[in-house]
Amino acid sequence: MQMKRRYFLASLCKAAACIVAATSFPRLAFSGWNERAFQAETLDGAFKNKYPGLDIVDSQAIKLKAPAIAENGSVVPVTVKTDLPDVKSISLFVEKNPSPLAATFNLGPLNVADVSIRIRMGETSNLVAVVESGGKLHRVQQEVKVTIGGCGG
Amino acid sequence: MNIDRREFLRLLTFASAAGLLPLNSRAANEGLYNIPARGDVRLLHITDTHAQLKPVYFREPSVNLGFHDALGKAPHLTGARLLERFKIVAGSHLAHAFTSLNFTEAANQYGKVGGFAYLKTLIDDLRDGFGSDKTLLLDGGDTWQGSGTALWTRGKDMVAACNLLGVDVMTGHWEFTYRDGEVLENIAAFKGDFVAQNVKVKEDALFDGSPAYDEDSGHALKPYVMKNLGGHRIAVIGQAFPYTPVANPSRFIPDWTFGINDGDLQELVDEIRSSEKPSAVIVLSHNGMDVDLKMASRVTGIDAILGGHTHDGIPAPIEVKNANGITLVTNAGCNGKFVGVLDLKLGAQGVSGYYYKLLPVFSNLLKADPAMASYIETMRKPWQSKLEAPLAVAGELLYRRGNFNGTFDQVICDALRMVNDVQISLSPGFRWGTSVLPGQTITMEHVLDQTCITYPETYVREMSGKDLKAILEDVGDNLFNPDPYYQQGGDMVRLGGLDYRFDPLQAMGKRVSEMTLDNGEKIQAGKNYKVAGWATVGSQSAGEPIWDTVATYLRDVKTVNIKKMNTPVLLNAVNNPGISNG
Repeated sequence: MQMKRRYFLASLCKAAACIVAATSFPRLAFSGWNERAFQAETLDGAFKNKYPGLDIVDSQAIKLKAPAIAENGSVVPVTVKTDLPDVKSISLFVEKNPSPLAATFNLGPLNVADVSIRIRMGETSNLVAVVESGGKLHRVQQEVKVTIGGCGG
Repeated sequence: MNIDRREFLRLLTFASAAGLLPLNSRAANEGLYNIPARGDVRLLHITDTHAQLKPVYFREPSVNLGFHDALGKAPHLTGARLLERFKIVAGSHLAHAFTSLNFTEAANQYGKVGGFAYLKTLIDDLRDGFGSDKTLLLDGGDTWQGSGTALWTRGKDMVAACNLLGVDVMTGHWEFTYRDGEVLENIAAFKGDFVAQNVKVKEDALFDGSPAYDEDSGHALKPYVMKNLGGHRIAVIGQAFPYTPVANPSRFIPDWTFGINDGDLQELVDEIRSSEKPSAVIVLSHNGMDVDLKMASRVTGIDAILGGHTHDGIPAPIEVKNANGITLVTNAGCNGKFVGVLDLKLGAQGVSGYYYKLLPVFSNLLKADPAMASYIETMRKPWQSKLEAPLAVAGELLYRRGNFNGTFDQVICDALRMVNDVQISLSPGFRWGTSVLPGQTITMEHVLDQTCITYPETYVREMSGKDLKAILEDVGDNLFNPDPYYQQGGDMVRLGGLDYRFDPLQAMGKRVSEMTLDNGEKIQAGKNYKVAGWATVGSQSAGEPIWDTVATYLRDVKTVNIKKMNTPVLLNAVNNPGISNG
């Protein structure tokens, strides 16, 4: 009998969870934590604190996948992919969240630039994905609506 | 005043009826059901029948505003503007079917519309006239909800009716407002294919063993089906209502996630085009027409999107240009009132021509199919007395459809206020619900036609003026956001006891102003008001079902004469082609 894919994946996840629990990150592991970037309260401030001195250009080469209207503002699924070369990091900013920087993925040279995460959004806001590549910042954005719902036809 | 108007309308009816040919010969003159067989395959399309097994009256909207790119274009045309755009003769059967012009008079003259026994006769004729093996019957969804019997049988009465009707492929929206287990049971009992490319099982639910059609892709249901029609391979992709878990309770279907997902759709169309080599690719959609139009401009490789959800009955297809060609968009109304007929001519390069008609289903002009009629009567029998219980008499025309309060909505809002003794009432802007003519007895069935959902519980609570404004703004943006992908396809929330000004052209947060109570008192942001409502999406409310509240009110008033309509004063909409008189 073949092991079903989801059971295989589920057991894989449990195994991974064990490893994480066993190593139990010491605070030291967060030495790379960019406190200033996460503490910024405006979008511009968060950009500047996260990526000081780099210019931002709008890009067609980034695919941002997020719902137009969130099913649940507490867990909004977001995927960012790009074909840009030499991607160092991918960051997500939510303009109207109390601290706009929601996440940063630091990528090594062998990583594929294709990341997914669920983020929390308090209200309707622009979602900005920024890709650091070739010493430049590339940006794409989309509005994600957080609505009270109801009243569908 | 009210009586005068009714009397006037009654006299008008007599006057116009006196000068008419008998109905059947007049319809024959219009050539209503005389559809020649052209092309190689025929696609029949029904949508949003909302479980109306028996013929009904249904008034099309007189207010269906469109702005920005949608200004003055279908579906945002009503009345004479719609007739003019689609070259329909005023006063004809078709004019009555597609507009609300002289509704009461015309409804008395032309009779009821829809009903599955009449649909069955018409659909069978259209199949046989073209060749059954070359014809498909597609149902855009919102079929298994909308009546008392659909609710009490959890949609099963409609599954059986659809099997009798011979629906080949369908997609859904309100079908997902039963519990997920029931939804899957209904889909299993349905003899056609239920398709939806944009319903997926959430990743964590997949891990926990939630069933999926395809565990690798995450599709909860079959995304598309290939149909062989007289040697031609036709792909039918399903597009369920993208915002089901937002507009309706997600608690009934906690494991599923929806969305427009037009990127996925493009990938799927490309894959079907290369691997299945179809003669045509059709999307059976429950997006709503504005979303269909935008989707058609972005996704390439689709020959036609047959749409529903927004209940727009559009006489001719809209040809939408995109990067690779043209996609047809049609929408086929609601309540069983129409059957769309799309005949496609197919050549070596795929679709080379088309012929389309949206046929109104006049039950006076068609014979009832005996097998369907007998099924409906037998199925209804146990509930007959409950359904036919008389509650009051309609003193005026009662209807719902339109961007703002319809008269039947006002009745619901007035009932909520009176029965619960509150200042303000809220009622959802659903687009379904049938119409009741002046002088007709309002039965429990009519009330259920307006209210029959799986989350009907009412509530009474305090709300601040600020919260009330936030609700109005939120729903207003779902209707009038300039980008169709941000619209949910319902109408504006209905209100009792509250007037306001509304400017659809403003941005969210700035559309609503001058909120006042019925006594003229201004709503204050920081003050609390007593509010009643129903159909809460987030969690179950504690009160009785709304139909009991409305029935109590109707038994009490005996004759419905609406004293005041809480429709807003509209700004920037005076000459909008989406507004008509009558």
